Amino acid sequence: MSIHDLYLLSPEISLAALGALLILVDLVVKRKGILPALAVLGLIVPLAFSISLWSDLAGDNTTHLPGLFNAMVVDHFSLFLKFVLLAAVVVVILASTEYVKKIQRFQAEYFALILFSATGMMLLASTTELITIYISLELTALPIAALAAFRRDSRSTEAGLKFLILSAISSAVLLYGMVIVYGFTGTTSLAAIANQISQMTLTSGTPFGSNALLFGIVLIIAGFGFKIASVPFQMWAPDVYEGSPTPITAFLSVASKTAGFAVILRVFYVAFPLDTLSLDWGALFAVLSALSMTLGNLVAIRQTNIKRMMGYSTVAHAGYILMGLAAVSARASGGEAALGPSGVLFYLGGFAATNLAAFTVIIAVSNRIKSHEIDDYAGVGRRAPLLAAVLTLSMLSLIGLPPGVGFWAKIYLFGAAVNTGLGWLVVIGVVNSVVSAYYYLRVVKAMYLSEPQSDVKISFGFPMRLAVGVSFAATLFFGLYPTPLLNLARTAAGALIS
Amino acid sequence: MNLENFLIVAAIIFAIGLYGAMAKRNAITVLMSIELMFNAVNITAVAFSRYVVPQALLGNPETTADTAARFLLTGQIFSVFIITVAAAEVALGLAIVLAIFRQRSSIYVTDVAELKK
Repeated sequence: MSIHDLYLLSPEISLAALGALLILVDLVVKRKGILPALAVLGLIVPLAFSISLWSDLAGDNTTHLPGLFNAMVVDHFSLFLKFVLLAAVVVVILASTEYVKKIQRFQAEYFALILFSATGMMLLASTTELITIYISLELTALPIAALAAFRRDSRSTEAGLKFLILSAISSAVLLYGMVIVYGFTGTTSLAAIANQISQMTLTSGTPFGSNALLFGIVLIIAGFGFKIASVPFQMWAPDVYEGSPTPITAFLSVASKTAGFAVILRVFYVAFPLDTLSLDWGALFAVLSALSMTLGNLVAIRQTNIKRMMGYSTVAHAGYILMGLAAVSARASGGEAALGPSGVLFYLGGFAATNLAAFTVIIAVSNRIKSHEIDDYAGVGRRAPLLAAVLTLSMLSLIGLPPGVGFWAKIYLFGAAVNTGLGWLVVIGVVNSVVSAYYYLRVVKAMYLSEPQSDVKISFGFPMRLAVGVSFAATLFFGLYPTPLLNLARTAAGALIS
Repeated sequence: MNLENFLIVAAIIFAIGLYGAMAKRNAITVLMSIELMFNAVNITAVAFSRYVVPQALLGNPETTADTAARFLLTGQIFSVFIITVAAAEVALGLAIVLAIFRQRSSIYVTDVAELKK
C-alpha cells in the first residue's frame, strides 16, 4: 500500500471520513441544523478528488490507473459512476433535511449511514475482484437496512427487516455463485477469471460451455438481480419503498440501482467477455428485461400509494436498463462494441436525474399533506404550481417523452438493442412505455383535474428548493442538450470494453 | 475424503438454509437459516482452496512460494471475510427484530405484514 494507492482511494476514504466526522460533530454542537450543511459542503472533497483522478486519466492518456493490488481500478467507467452517485447523495441529503428535523435523536447517524452506504457504492463501481465486490456490496446494503428501519415505527421496521433478510439471502446466493466460479478458475480476480476461462476448452452444447460456469453465473445473476430489483427478485422493492422514509426510498431507487448495474457491467464485461459466454448471458438478461418491464408496469397500474407505484416503476426501469446488458457486443453487426454499456450508463445518469426530481417533489408534497395516496394529490396543481409542473415533466421523462432526458435515454438504449438484433425486445419496451403512461399520467391528472381538499399553499424550505431545483435542472438540461452526458457515458463505457 | 464430498455436504446445507429462510415464521430462525447458507458457502470456499490448484501454478517452474500461497489461500481468506460480514449482518438483524418486538410483541414474520401485499 503506497501513498499513490491512498490517492486512488481518496474519494471513498474522504466520503467515509466525512460520515465519521458528522457523528463526532454531532457530539459537540447544539444546533443540529448545521449537520446537513456540513454533509453537503463536505461532499465537495470526494468530488474534487474524483475530478482530479479524472483529469489524471485524461492527462496521461491511459485507460486506468494501476495500483491497489489489482483489487480495484480507477478508470473512466468508475469515475463516471462516482459522479452520478455523489450527485444523487447531495440531492438525497438536501431532501432529507426537513424529514430529519422530525426525529429527535441520531440525526448525524442518519446522514452518516447515507454516506457510508454511498462509500460502498463508490467502491462497487471500481472493484475488479470478487471478495472486494462482496464486501462493498454489504457495505452498501447494511446501512440501507438500518436507514429503512430508522423511524422505528411498525411500517419502517417491517421495511428494514424485509430488506435485511432478502438482502442476506441474495448475498448468500451471490456468494455461492462467486465461490463456484472461484473453484472453477482458481482465482477471484475478474481479469484472471477471463484469462483462465479463455484457456479452457468449453463444450459447445451446454450453456456457458460448462455446467460449473452455468451454475455459478446463474447464481451470480440471481444475486445481482435482487440488488437491482429485477423480476423474479423484485418482491422486496414495493414493501421496502413504501415503508422506508421517503428520502431513503429515493436513495434506494437511484443510487443503489446505479451501483448494482455498475457492478453487473463490470463483472460480466471483465470476467466473462468471451463471445460464446456473452451471447448466453446476454440472452438471459434479455428474458429478465422483458419480464421486469412487463410485470413492473402492469402491477404499477393498480397501485394507489405513490411510493409503491414508484417502487414498481423502478422495477420496470430496471427492465429497460437490462435491455442494454442484453445488447452485448457479440451481437453487434459491425457497430460500436460499447453500444450496450454506454446505453446503460447514459440511462443510469438520466434516470438518476429524473427519478430524483420526481422523488424530491413527492417528499416536499408529502411532508405537507401527510399522505402518500395518489388521490390525496388532488389539487396540488393549484396549491403548489411549481412543484406540480416539475412532477409533471419528470413523469413525462419517466414515460420517455421530451423535454426530459428520459426521452434521449430511451431512444439511445432502444437504438442499441435494435443494432444488436433485439428488435422483439424493443417492441416489448415500446409497448411497455405506452402502458406506463397510464399510471404516470394518473398522478398528473390528480394534481390538475381534481378538486383540492384545502386551498392552503404548499410551502417548503431552502434545502428542499435546492434539491428540486438541482435535479430538475439536470433533467431538463440533459433533455434539451444530451451531448455532454452522452459523451461522458461513451468514454466511460469505452474503459470497460478495452 | 475428496472434493465432491465437501461440495455435496455444502450443497445440502445451503438447500436446508434456503428452505428455512423462505419457510420459517420465526425471525430468529430465519436469521439462523441465513447463517447456514453463509456457512455452506464457507465450506465450499475452503474445500476449493484445499483441493483445486489453478492451471497457472501446475507445472510452472517460475511459480514462487509467494504466488502459490496467494492463489492457494484465496478461498480461506474469502471465508474469513464472509464470517465477519455475516456476523455484522446478524447483529443488525437482531437489532431490527428487537425493534419489531417492542412494536408488536411478536417476532413472527407472518405478523409483520402491515405493508400491502
